[in-house]
Amino acid sequence: MSLFIQSIINGLNQGAVYALVALGYTMVYGIIRMINFAHSDFIMVGSYTLFYTIPLMVGAGMPAWLSVVVAVAVCVAVGVTVEAVAYKPVRNAGSMSALITALAMSLFLENLALVLFGANPKSVPEIFSLPTLKVLGIILPVKYLVTLSIGLFMMLALHIFVKKTTLGKAMRAVPEDKEASTLVGIHVNKIITTTFAIGSGLAAVAALMYCSTYPRCTTDMGTMLGIKAFIAAVLGGIGSIPGAMLGGILVGLLEILIKVYLAPGWYEAITYSILIVVLLVRPAGILGKNVGEKV
Amino acid sequence: MSLLEIKDLNVHYGAIHAIHDVSLEVNEGEIVTLIGANGAGKTTILHTISGLHKATSGSVTLEGHDLVKTEPSRIISLGMAHVPEGRHVFAQMTVEENLEMGAFIFSKDKSGIQASMKDVYERFPRLKERRRQLAGTLSGGEQQMLAVGRALMAKPKILLMDEPSMGLSPLLVKEIFKIIEEVHKQGITILLVEQNAKMALSIADKAYVLETGRIKMSGSAKELMSNDDVRKAYLGV
Repeated sequence: MSLFIQSIINGLNQGAVYALVALGYTMVYGIIRMINFAHSDFIMVGSYTLFYTIPLMVGAGMPAWLSVVVAVAVCVAVGVTVEAVAYKPVRNAGSMSALITALAMSLFLENLALVLFGANPKSVPEIFSLPTLKVLGIILPVKYLVTLSIGLFMMLALHIFVKKTTLGKAMRAVPEDKEASTLVGIHVNKIITTTFAIGSGLAAVAALMYCSTYPRCTTDMGTMLGIKAFIAAVLGGIGSIPGAMLGGILVGLLEILIKVYLAPGWYEAITYSILIVVLLVRPAGILGKNVGEKV
Repeated sequence: MSLLEIKDLNVHYGAIHAIHDVSLEVNEGEIVTLIGANGAGKTTILHTISGLHKATSGSVTLEGHDLVKTEPSRIISLGMAHVPEGRHVFAQMTVEENLEMGAFIFSKDKSGIQASMKDVYERFPRLKERRRQLAGTLSGGEQQMLAVGRALMAKPKILLMDEPSMGLSPLLVKEIFKIIEEVHKQGITILLVEQNAKMALSIADKAYVLETGRIKMSGSAKELMSNDDVRKAYLGV
Protein backbone atom coordinates (compact mmCIF):
# COMPACT_ATOMS: atom_id res chain seq x y z
CA MET A 1 0.00 0.00 0.00
CA SER A 2 2.72 2.44 0.94
CA LEU A 3 4.48 1.61 -2.33
CA PHE A 4 1.32 2.45 -4.21
CA ILE A 5 0.89 5.79 -2.44
CA GLN A 6 4.56 6.52 -2.98
CA SER A 7 4.14 5.83 -6.69
CA ILE A 8 1.12 8.08 -6.91
CA ILE A 9 3.09 10.88 -5.25
CA ASN A 10 5.99 10.44 -7.64
CA GLY A 11 3.65 10.13 -10.59
CA LEU A 12 1.81 13.32 -9.72
CA ASN A 13 5.07 15.19 -9.37
CA GLN A 14 6.23 13.93 -12.74
CA GLY A 15 2.81 14.49 -14.29
CA ALA A 16 2.65 18.09 -13.13
CA VAL A 17 5.82 18.84 -15.08
CA TYR A 18 4.47 17.10 -18.18
CA ALA A 19 1.21 18.97 -17.80
CA LEU A 20 2.86 22.35 -17.64
CA VAL A 21 4.94 21.62 -20.72
CA ALA A 22 1.86 20.22 -22.47
CA LEU A 23 0.09 23.50 -21.74
CA GLY A 24 2.72 25.31 -23.76
CA TYR A 25 2.15 23.03 -26.75
CA THR A 26 -1.59 23.23 -26.46
CA MET A 27 -1.80 27.00 -26.18
CA VAL A 28 0.24 27.60 -29.30
CA TYR A 29 -1.53 24.84 -31.18
CA GLY A 30 -4.89 26.15 -30.04
CA ILE A 31 -4.25 29.52 -31.59
CA ILE A 32 -2.22 28.91 -34.75
CA ARG A 33 -2.75 25.18 -35.30
CA MET A 34 0.96 24.58 -35.24
CA ILE A 35 3.07 22.25 -33.13
CA ASN A 36 5.86 24.36 -31.73
CA PHE A 37 8.59 21.73 -31.49
CA ALA A 38 10.99 24.33 -30.14
CA HIS A 39 8.84 24.57 -27.02
CA SER A 40 10.77 21.75 -25.34
CA ASP A 41 13.98 23.66 -25.99
CA PHE A 42 12.55 26.71 -24.25
CA ILE A 43 12.62 24.51 -21.14
CA MET A 44 16.29 23.84 -21.77
CA VAL A 45 16.85 27.60 -22.10
CA GLY A 46 14.97 28.10 -18.85
CA SER A 47 17.02 25.44 -17.07
CA TYR A 48 20.36 26.92 -18.14
CA THR A 49 19.12 30.32 -17.06
CA LEU A 50 18.38 28.82 -13.65
CA PHE A 51 21.80 27.18 -13.56
CA TYR A 52 23.54 30.50 -14.18
CA THR A 53 21.32 32.78 -12.09
CA ILE A 54 20.75 30.71 -8.94
CA PRO A 55 24.32 31.24 -7.64
CA LEU A 56 23.92 34.97 -8.29
CA MET A 57 20.58 35.06 -6.50
CA VAL A 58 21.89 33.11 -3.54
CA GLY A 59 25.02 35.27 -3.53
CA ALA A 60 22.81 38.34 -3.31
CA GLY A 61 21.04 36.82 -0.34
CA MET A 62 17.81 36.04 -2.19
CA PRO A 63 15.98 32.70 -2.26
CA ALA A 64 17.10 30.47 -5.14
CA TRP A 65 13.63 30.02 -6.60
CA LEU A 66 13.44 33.74 -7.40
CA SER A 67 15.67 32.92 -10.36
CA VAL A 68 12.51 31.76 -12.06
CA VAL A 69 11.67 35.41 -12.65
CA VAL A 70 14.82 35.77 -14.73
CA ALA A 71 14.11 32.45 -16.45
CA VAL A 72 10.60 33.58 -17.36
CA ALA A 73 11.97 36.82 -18.82
CA VAL A 74 14.62 34.98 -20.85
CA CYS A 75 12.18 32.34 -22.11
CA VAL A 76 9.57 34.93 -23.06
CA ALA A 77 12.22 36.87 -24.97
CA VAL A 78 13.41 33.71 -26.75
CA GLY A 79 9.86 32.55 -27.50
CA VAL A 80 8.68 35.86 -28.88
CA THR A 81 11.84 36.22 -30.95
CA VAL A 82 11.52 32.72 -32.40
CA GLU A 83 7.91 33.49 -33.31
CA ALA A 84 8.76 36.81 -34.95
CA VAL A 85 11.88 35.66 -36.78
CA ALA A 86 11.01 32.11 -37.78
CA TYR A 87 7.29 31.38 -37.54
CA LYS A 88 5.63 34.59 -38.61
CA PRO A 89 7.18 34.62 -42.10
CA VAL A 90 5.83 31.12 -42.83
CA ARG A 91 2.45 31.56 -41.16
CA ASN A 92 0.53 31.54 -44.43
CA ALA A 93 2.79 29.05 -46.18
CA GLY A 94 0.95 25.92 -45.07
CA SER A 95 1.21 23.63 -42.09
CA MET A 96 4.10 21.59 -43.49
CA SER A 97 6.37 24.64 -43.74
CA ALA A 98 5.46 25.64 -40.21
CA LEU A 99 6.20 22.15 -38.92
CA ILE A 100 9.61 22.00 -40.59
CA THR A 101 10.46 25.49 -39.39
CA ALA A 102 9.60 24.46 -35.84
CA LEU A 103 11.84 21.39 -36.08
CA ALA A 104 14.62 23.53 -37.49
CA MET A 105 14.23 26.04 -34.66
CA SER A 106 14.43 23.20 -32.16
CA LEU A 107 17.70 21.90 -33.66
CA PHE A 108 19.04 25.42 -33.91
CA LEU A 109 18.41 26.16 -30.23
CA GLU A 110 19.94 22.86 -29.12
CA ASN A 111 23.06 23.40 -31.17
CA LEU A 112 23.35 27.02 -30.17
CA ALA A 113 23.20 25.86 -26.55
CA LEU A 114 25.92 23.32 -27.28
CA VAL A 115 28.16 26.10 -28.53
CA LEU A 116 27.32 28.47 -25.70
CA PHE A 117 27.22 26.10 -22.73
CA GLY A 118 29.31 23.13 -23.86
CA ALA A 119 28.45 19.45 -23.96
CA ASN A 120 29.06 18.70 -20.28
CA PRO A 121 25.92 18.39 -18.18
CA LYS A 122 25.51 21.13 -15.62
CA SER A 123 24.29 20.50 -12.14
CA VAL A 124 21.62 22.94 -11.05
CA PRO A 125 21.98 24.03 -7.42
CA GLU A 126 19.21 23.18 -5.03
CA ILE A 127 16.14 25.31 -5.69
CA PHE A 128 13.98 24.59 -2.68
CA SER A 129 15.83 23.73 0.51
CA LEU A 130 12.86 22.04 2.08
CA PRO A 131 12.72 18.98 4.33
CA THR A 132 11.63 15.54 3.26
CA LEU A 133 8.84 14.05 5.31
CA LYS A 134 8.62 10.38 6.15
CA VAL A 135 5.20 9.13 7.09
CA LEU A 136 4.51 5.41 7.51
CA GLY A 137 7.34 4.55 5.18
CA ILE A 138 6.22 7.00 2.53
CA ILE A 139 8.82 9.52 1.43
CA LEU A 140 7.31 12.88 0.72
CA PRO A 141 9.74 15.64 -0.23
CA VAL A 142 7.99 18.90 0.60
CA LYS A 143 9.29 20.34 -2.65
CA TYR A 144 7.01 17.90 -4.48
CA LEU A 145 4.08 19.58 -2.81
CA VAL A 146 5.47 22.95 -3.82
CA THR A 147 5.94 22.02 -7.48
CA LEU A 148 2.56 20.33 -7.61
CA SER A 149 0.91 23.43 -6.16
CA ILE A 150 2.77 25.70 -8.58
CA GLY A 151 1.65 23.48 -11.45
CA LEU A 152 -1.97 23.39 -10.37
CA PHE A 153 -1.99 27.11 -9.71
CA MET A 154 -0.57 27.93 -13.15
CA MET A 155 -3.08 25.68 -14.89
CA LEU A 156 -6.02 27.06 -13.00
CA ALA A 157 -4.89 30.65 -13.51
CA LEU A 158 -4.47 30.06 -17.22
CA HIS A 159 -7.83 28.37 -17.50
CA ILE A 160 -9.58 31.26 -15.78
CA PHE A 161 -7.60 33.78 -17.80
CA VAL A 162 -8.69 32.24 -21.11
CA LYS A 163 -12.30 31.77 -19.99
CA LYS A 164 -12.94 35.05 -18.25
CA THR A 165 -10.73 37.91 -19.42
CA THR A 166 -11.20 39.90 -22.59
CA LEU A 167 -7.67 39.08 -23.73
CA GLY A 168 -8.29 35.40 -23.06
CA LYS A 169 -11.53 35.49 -25.01
CA ALA A 170 -9.75 37.21 -27.89
CA MET A 171 -7.22 34.36 -27.75
CA ARG A 172 -10.10 31.95 -28.31
CA ALA A 173 -11.70 34.10 -30.99
CA VAL A 174 -8.61 34.37 -33.19
CA PRO A 175 -8.20 30.66 -34.02
CA GLU A 176 -11.91 30.38 -34.71
CA ASP A 177 -12.05 33.15 -37.23
CA LYS A 178 -9.15 35.45 -38.03
CA GLU A 179 -11.20 37.67 -40.33
CA ALA A 180 -14.05 38.18 -37.92
CA SER A 181 -11.49 38.82 -35.17
CA THR A 182 -9.85 41.53 -37.24
CA LEU A 183 -13.24 43.05 -38.00
CA VAL A 184 -14.08 43.43 -34.32
CA GLY A 185 -10.74 45.12 -33.74
CA ILE A 186 -8.53 42.29 -32.49
CA HIS A 187 -4.95 42.66 -33.72
CA VAL A 188 -4.34 39.03 -34.67
CA ASN A 189 -0.55 39.22 -34.68
CA LYS A 190 -0.45 40.79 -31.24
CA ILE A 191 -2.63 38.00 -29.89
CA ILE A 192 -0.32 35.38 -31.41
CA THR A 193 2.72 37.08 -29.90
CA THR A 194 0.99 37.20 -26.51
CA THR A 195 0.23 33.49 -26.77
CA PHE A 196 3.86 32.71 -27.49
CA ALA A 197 4.94 34.88 -24.58
CA ILE A 198 2.63 33.02 -22.19
CA GLY A 199 3.60 29.62 -23.57
CA SER A 200 7.30 30.39 -23.24
CA GLY A 201 6.85 31.78 -19.75
CA LEU A 202 5.19 28.51 -18.79
CA ALA A 203 8.26 26.70 -20.13
CA ALA A 204 10.41 28.61 -17.63
CA VAL A 205 8.13 27.59 -14.77
CA ALA A 206 8.23 24.01 -16.04
CA ALA A 207 12.03 24.25 -16.04
CA LEU A 208 11.93 25.27 -12.38
CA MET A 209 9.71 22.33 -11.51
CA TYR A 210 11.76 19.89 -13.54
CA CYS A 211 15.11 21.04 -12.15
CA SER A 212 13.89 20.90 -8.57
CA THR A 213 13.41 17.14 -9.05
CA TYR A 214 16.13 16.40 -11.62
CA PRO A 215 18.79 19.06 -11.06
CA ARG A 216 20.75 18.57 -14.24
CA CYS A 217 20.77 20.41 -17.51
CA THR A 218 21.96 19.16 -20.84
CA THR A 219 21.38 20.75 -24.20
CA ASP A 220 19.05 17.96 -25.30
CA MET A 221 17.17 17.71 -22.01
CA GLY A 222 14.03 19.07 -23.67
CA THR A 223 13.77 16.33 -26.26
CA MET A 224 12.29 13.45 -24.27
CA LEU A 225 10.39 15.77 -21.97
CA GLY A 226 8.98 17.53 -25.01
CA ILE A 227 7.89 14.33 -26.72
CA LYS A 228 6.17 13.07 -23.59
CA ALA A 229 4.47 16.39 -22.96
CA PHE A 230 3.39 16.58 -26.58
CA ILE A 231 1.88 13.12 -26.28
CA ALA A 232 0.20 14.22 -23.07
CA ALA A 233 -1.28 17.21 -24.90
CA VAL A 234 -2.58 15.02 -27.72
CA LEU A 235 -3.91 12.45 -25.26
CA GLY A 236 -5.84 15.09 -23.33
CA GLY A 237 -7.06 16.72 -26.52
CA ILE A 238 -4.71 19.20 -28.14
CA GLY A 239 -5.92 22.76 -27.97
CA SER A 240 -7.71 22.12 -24.69
CA ILE A 241 -6.22 23.52 -21.48
CA PRO A 242 -7.95 21.08 -19.11
CA GLY A 243 -6.98 18.37 -21.61
CA ALA A 244 -3.30 19.23 -21.28
CA MET A 245 -3.55 19.05 -17.48
CA LEU A 246 -5.32 15.73 -17.56
CA GLY A 247 -3.01 14.29 -20.23
CA GLY A 248 0.11 15.35 -18.36
CA ILE A 249 -1.00 13.89 -15.05
CA LEU A 250 -2.11 10.67 -16.74
CA VAL A 251 1.17 10.16 -18.57
CA GLY A 252 3.13 10.86 -15.38
CA LEU A 253 1.07 8.45 -13.31
CA LEU A 254 1.07 5.72 -15.97
CA GLU A 255 4.82 5.88 -16.38
CA ILE A 256 5.56 5.54 -12.69
CA LEU A 257 2.94 2.88 -12.02
CA ILE A 258 4.11 0.74 -14.92
CA LYS A 259 7.71 1.25 -13.90
CA VAL A 260 6.96 0.05 -10.38
CA TYR A 261 4.41 -2.68 -10.95
CA LEU A 262 4.87 -4.09 -14.45
CA ALA A 263 8.20 -3.77 -16.17
CA PRO A 264 10.74 -1.08 -15.33
CA GLY A 265 12.55 -1.43 -18.66
CA TRP A 266 9.37 -1.32 -20.68
CA TYR A 267 7.54 1.56 -19.07
CA GLU A 268 7.78 3.87 -22.04
CA ALA A 269 6.73 1.20 -24.53
CA ILE A 270 3.73 0.20 -22.44
CA THR A 271 2.70 3.78 -21.66
CA TYR A 272 2.70 4.74 -25.29
CA SER A 273 0.91 1.58 -26.38
CA ILE A 274 -1.89 2.55 -24.03
CA LEU A 275 -1.89 6.02 -25.54
CA ILE A 276 -2.16 4.62 -29.04
CA VAL A 277 -5.17 2.59 -27.98
CA VAL A 278 -6.80 5.64 -26.41
CA LEU A 279 -6.24 7.67 -29.55
CA LEU A 280 -7.67 4.90 -31.71
CA VAL A 281 -10.85 5.07 -29.69
CA ARG A 282 -10.88 8.86 -29.27
CA PRO A 283 -8.83 10.46 -32.04
CA ALA A 284 -9.47 13.97 -30.75
CA GLY A 285 -8.11 13.05 -27.32
CA ILE A 286 -9.94 12.60 -24.04
CA LEU A 287 -11.26 16.15 -23.69
CA GLY A 288 -10.77 17.22 -27.31
CA LYS A 289 -13.76 18.11 -29.39
CA ASN A 290 -14.04 16.26 -32.63
CA VAL A 291 -14.94 19.26 -34.73
CA GLY A 292 -15.54 18.50 -38.36
CA GLU A 293 -13.97 20.95 -40.76
CA LYS A 294 -16.63 23.30 -42.06
CA VAL A 295 -16.83 23.27 -45.83
CA MET B 1 -18.80 65.63 -47.28
CA SER B 2 -19.54 61.98 -47.73
CA LEU B 3 -18.98 59.62 -44.83
CA LEU B 4 -17.37 56.88 -46.88
CA GLU B 5 -15.77 57.54 -50.22
CA ILE B 6 -14.15 55.12 -52.62
CA LYS B 7 -12.21 56.52 -55.54
CA ASP B 8 -10.86 54.63 -58.56
CA LEU B 9 -10.43 51.43 -56.62
CA ASN B 10 -8.59 48.54 -58.25
CA VAL B 11 -8.17 45.18 -56.55
CA HIS B 12 -6.35 42.07 -57.70
CA TYR B 13 -6.47 38.46 -56.57
CA GLY B 14 -3.08 37.31 -57.75
CA ALA B 15 -3.18 37.86 -61.50
CA ILE B 16 -6.93 38.32 -61.61
CA HIS B 17 -8.06 41.91 -61.85
CA ALA B 18 -11.20 41.68 -59.71
CA ILE B 19 -12.24 45.30 -59.24
CA HIS B 20 -11.86 47.92 -61.99
CA ASP B 21 -11.84 51.66 -61.19
CA VAL B 22 -14.74 51.51 -58.78
CA SER B 23 -15.83 54.78 -57.22
CA LEU B 24 -18.71 55.13 -54.83
CA GLU B 25 -19.93 57.40 -52.13
CA VAL B 26 -21.98 56.88 -49.02
CA ASN B 27 -23.37 59.96 -47.31
CA GLU B 28 -24.26 60.17 -43.69
CA GLY B 29 -27.72 58.83 -42.94
CA GLU B 30 -28.13 56.95 -46.21
CA ILE B 31 -28.77 53.33 -46.98
CA VAL B 32 -26.65 52.60 -50.02
CA THR B 33 -26.83 49.24 -51.69
CA LEU B 34 -24.41 47.49 -53.97
CA ILE B 35 -26.17 44.88 -56.07
CA GLY B 36 -24.88 42.43 -58.60
CA ALA B 37 -24.64 38.78 -59.50
CA ASN B 38 -22.49 36.15 -57.83
CA GLY B 39 -18.82 36.86 -58.45
CA ALA B 40 -19.37 40.46 -59.49
CA GLY B 41 -16.96 41.59 -56.78
CA LYS B 42 -19.32 42.91 -54.13
CA THR B 43 -17.71 41.10 -51.24
CA THR B 44 -14.23 41.98 -52.50
CA ILE B 45 -15.15 45.66 -52.32
CA LEU B 46 -16.37 45.31 -48.73
CA HIS B 47 -13.27 43.32 -47.79
CA THR B 48 -11.09 46.03 -49.28
CA ILE B 49 -12.95 48.75 -47.38
CA SER B 50 -12.38 46.83 -44.13
CA GLY B 51 -8.74 46.17 -44.91
CA LEU B 52 -9.12 42.38 -45.13
CA HIS B 53 -7.90 42.62 -48.70
CA LYS B 54 -5.29 45.02 -50.01
CA ALA B 55 -6.20 47.45 -52.78
CA THR B 56 -3.87 47.67 -55.78
CA SER B 57 -4.66 51.33 -56.32
CA GLY B 58 -7.27 53.89 -55.46
CA SER B 59 -8.42 55.26 -52.16
CA VAL B 60 -10.95 54.44 -49.47
CA THR B 61 -11.63 57.21 -47.00
CA LEU B 62 -13.87 57.26 -43.96
CA GLU B 63 -14.42 60.81 -42.73
CA GLY B 64 -11.07 61.78 -44.17
CA HIS B 65 -9.18 58.78 -42.73
CA ASP B 66 -7.38 56.79 -45.40
CA LEU B 67 -8.52 53.22 -44.70
CA VAL B 68 -6.06 51.68 -47.16
CA LYS B 69 -3.23 52.85 -44.92
CA THR B 70 -4.97 51.96 -41.66
CA GLU B 71 -4.11 48.80 -39.78
CA PRO B 72 -7.25 46.64 -40.37
CA SER B 73 -7.96 45.95 -36.71
CA ARG B 74 -8.03 49.72 -36.02
CA ILE B 75 -10.71 50.49 -38.61
CA ILE B 76 -13.56 49.58 -36.28
CA SER B 77 -12.36 52.26 -33.85
CA LEU B 78 -12.96 54.84 -36.59
CA GLY B 79 -16.66 54.06 -36.46
CA MET B 80 -17.16 51.40 -39.10
CA ALA B 81 -18.38 47.89 -38.37
CA HIS B 82 -18.69 45.05 -40.85
CA VAL B 83 -21.19 42.19 -40.76
CA PRO B 84 -19.42 39.65 -42.95
CA GLU B 85 -20.96 37.34 -45.51
CA GLY B 86 -21.83 34.01 -43.98
CA ARG B 87 -22.19 35.60 -40.52
CA HIS B 88 -18.78 34.50 -39.17
CA VAL B 89 -19.90 34.31 -35.58
CA PHE B 90 -17.42 32.70 -33.16
CA ALA B 91 -19.09 29.31 -33.16
CA GLN B 92 -17.32 27.85 -30.11
CA MET B 93 -18.05 30.89 -27.98
CA THR B 94 -21.32 31.76 -26.30
CA VAL B 95 -23.71 34.37 -27.63
CA GLU B 96 -22.71 36.68 -24.82
CA GLU B 97 -19.00 36.20 -25.49
CA ASN B 98 -19.60 36.97 -29.16
CA LEU B 99 -21.22 40.25 -28.17
CA GLU B 100 -18.34 41.01 -25.80
CA MET B 101 -15.92 40.46 -28.66
CA GLY B 102 -17.98 42.93 -30.69
CA ALA B 103 -17.14 45.51 -28.04
CA PHE B 104 -13.47 44.52 -27.97
CA ILE B 105 -12.38 48.10 -28.66
CA PHE B 106 -14.25 49.23 -25.54
CA SER B 107 -12.94 46.40 -23.39
CA LYS B 108 -11.93 48.75 -20.57
CA ASP B 109 -15.42 50.20 -20.29
CA LYS B 110 -17.26 47.33 -18.62
CA SER B 111 -20.40 49.31 -17.76
CA GLY B 112 -20.58 50.68 -21.30
CA ILE B 113 -20.43 47.12 -22.63
CA GLN B 114 -23.23 46.08 -20.29
CA ALA B 115 -25.37 48.96 -21.54
CA SER B 116 -24.74 48.10 -25.21
CA MET B 117 -25.48 44.49 -24.50
CA LYS B 118 -28.78 45.46 -22.91
CA ASP B 119 -29.66 47.41 -26.07
CA VAL B 120 -28.80 44.46 -28.29
CA TYR B 121 -30.83 42.09 -26.13
CA GLU B 122 -33.79 44.47 -26.30
CA ARG B 123 -33.58 44.52 -30.06
CA PHE B 124 -33.05 40.76 -30.29
CA PRO B 125 -34.85 39.07 -27.39
CA ARG B 126 -34.01 35.71 -28.93
CA LEU B 127 -30.33 36.35 -28.31
CA LYS B 128 -31.02 37.09 -24.67
CA GLU B 129 -32.81 33.76 -24.28
CA ARG B 130 -29.80 32.03 -25.76
CA ARG B 131 -27.04 34.09 -24.29
CA ARG B 132 -25.27 31.14 -22.65
CA GLN B 133 -25.56 28.94 -25.72
CA LEU B 134 -22.66 28.40 -28.12
CA ALA B 135 -23.15 30.56 -31.20
CA GLY B 136 -22.55 27.56 -33.46
CA THR B 137 -25.75 25.96 -32.17
CA LEU B 138 -27.97 28.87 -33.26
CA SER B 139 -30.13 28.74 -36.36
CA GLY B 140 -29.09 30.71 -39.45
CA GLY B 141 -31.44 33.57 -38.68
CA GLU B 142 -30.30 33.78 -35.08
CA GLN B 143 -26.67 33.75 -36.17
CA GLN B 144 -27.39 36.63 -38.52
CA MET B 145 -28.98 38.54 -35.65
CA LEU B 146 -25.94 37.79 -33.53
CA ALA B 147 -23.63 39.01 -36.30
CA VAL B 148 -25.59 42.26 -36.51
CA GLY B 149 -25.71 42.55 -32.72
CA ARG B 150 -21.97 41.96 -32.48
CA ALA B 151 -21.35 44.74 -34.99
CA LEU B 152 -23.67 47.11 -33.10
CA MET B 153 -21.67 46.52 -29.90
CA ALA B 154 -18.92 48.66 -31.43
CA LYS B 155 -21.36 51.62 -31.72
CA PRO B 156 -20.59 52.24 -35.38
CA LYS B 157 -21.51 55.27 -37.45
CA ILE B 158 -21.59 53.13 -40.54
CA LEU B 159 -22.39 49.47 -40.90
CA LEU B 160 -21.24 47.36 -43.83
CA MET B 161 -23.53 44.41 -44.38
CA ASP B 162 -22.59 41.60 -46.70
CA GLU B 163 -25.48 39.43 -47.95
CA PRO B 164 -27.42 39.44 -44.70
CA SER B 165 -30.29 37.55 -46.34
CA MET B 166 -28.13 34.72 -47.62
CA GLY B 167 -29.46 31.27 -46.86
CA LEU B 168 -32.47 32.51 -44.93
CA SER B 169 -36.13 31.65 -45.46
CA PRO B 170 -38.31 34.35 -47.10
CA LEU B 171 -39.93 35.12 -43.77
CA LEU B 172 -36.54 35.64 -42.11
CA VAL B 173 -35.33 37.71 -45.03
CA LYS B 174 -38.19 40.10 -44.35
CA GLU B 175 -37.28 40.18 -40.68
CA ILE B 176 -33.63 40.91 -41.43
CA PHE B 177 -34.58 43.78 -43.73
CA LYS B 178 -36.86 45.15 -41.05
CA ILE B 179 -33.91 45.03 -38.67
CA ILE B 180 -31.74 46.89 -41.17
CA GLU B 181 -34.34 49.63 -41.43
CA GLU B 182 -34.61 49.88 -37.65
CA VAL B 183 -30.85 50.11 -37.27
CA HIS B 184 -30.86 52.81 -39.91
CA LYS B 185 -33.59 54.77 -38.12
CA GLN B 186 -31.36 54.76 -35.09
CA GLY B 187 -28.99 56.94 -37.09
CA ILE B 188 -26.56 54.41 -38.47
CA THR B 189 -25.50 54.76 -42.11
CA ILE B 190 -25.61 51.52 -44.05
CA LEU B 191 -23.75 50.10 -47.00
CA LEU B 192 -25.60 46.96 -47.98
CA VAL B 193 -24.38 44.32 -50.38
CA GLU B 194 -27.13 42.03 -51.64
CA GLN B 195 -28.03 39.52 -54.26
CA ASN B 196 -31.64 40.01 -53.32
CA ALA B 197 -31.84 43.20 -55.39
CA LYS B 198 -35.56 43.63 -55.00
CA MET B 199 -35.44 43.78 -51.22
CA ALA B 200 -32.28 45.85 -51.21
CA LEU B 201 -33.65 48.46 -53.61
CA SER B 202 -36.88 48.66 -51.67
CA ILE B 203 -35.13 50.01 -48.56
CA ALA B 204 -32.16 51.85 -50.11
CA ASP B 205 -31.74 55.51 -50.94
CA LYS B 206 -29.03 55.00 -53.50
CA ALA B 207 -27.76 52.00 -55.42
CA TYR B 208 -24.82 50.85 -57.47
CA VAL B 209 -24.98 47.96 -59.89
CA LEU B 210 -21.78 45.96 -60.11
CA GLU B 211 -20.96 43.71 -63.06
CA THR B 212 -17.70 41.76 -63.36
CA GLY B 213 -15.86 44.20 -61.15
CA ARG B 214 -17.14 47.42 -62.73
CA ILE B 215 -19.87 49.83 -61.71
CA LYS B 216 -22.39 49.41 -64.48
CA MET B 217 -25.04 51.81 -63.24
CA SER B 218 -25.79 53.99 -60.30
CA GLY B 219 -28.54 56.26 -59.15
CA SER B 220 -31.32 56.58 -56.67
CA ALA B 221 -32.90 53.27 -55.72
CA LYS B 222 -36.22 54.43 -57.23
CA GLU B 223 -34.61 55.19 -60.60
CA LEU B 224 -32.87 51.85 -60.75
CA MET B 225 -35.95 49.98 -59.75
CA SER B 226 -37.77 51.34 -62.76
CA ASN B 227 -34.81 50.91 -65.11
CA ASP B 228 -35.55 48.24 -67.73
CA ASP B 229 -32.09 46.66 -67.72
CA VAL B 230 -32.08 46.37 -63.96
CA ARG B 231 -35.60 44.98 -63.96
CA LYS B 232 -34.67 42.31 -66.48
CA ALA B 233 -31.31 41.32 -65.05
CA TYR B 234 -31.88 41.61 -61.30
CA LEU B 235 -35.53 41.83 -60.51
CA GLY B 236 -36.70 39.07 -62.81
CA VAL B 237 -39.54 41.11 -64.21
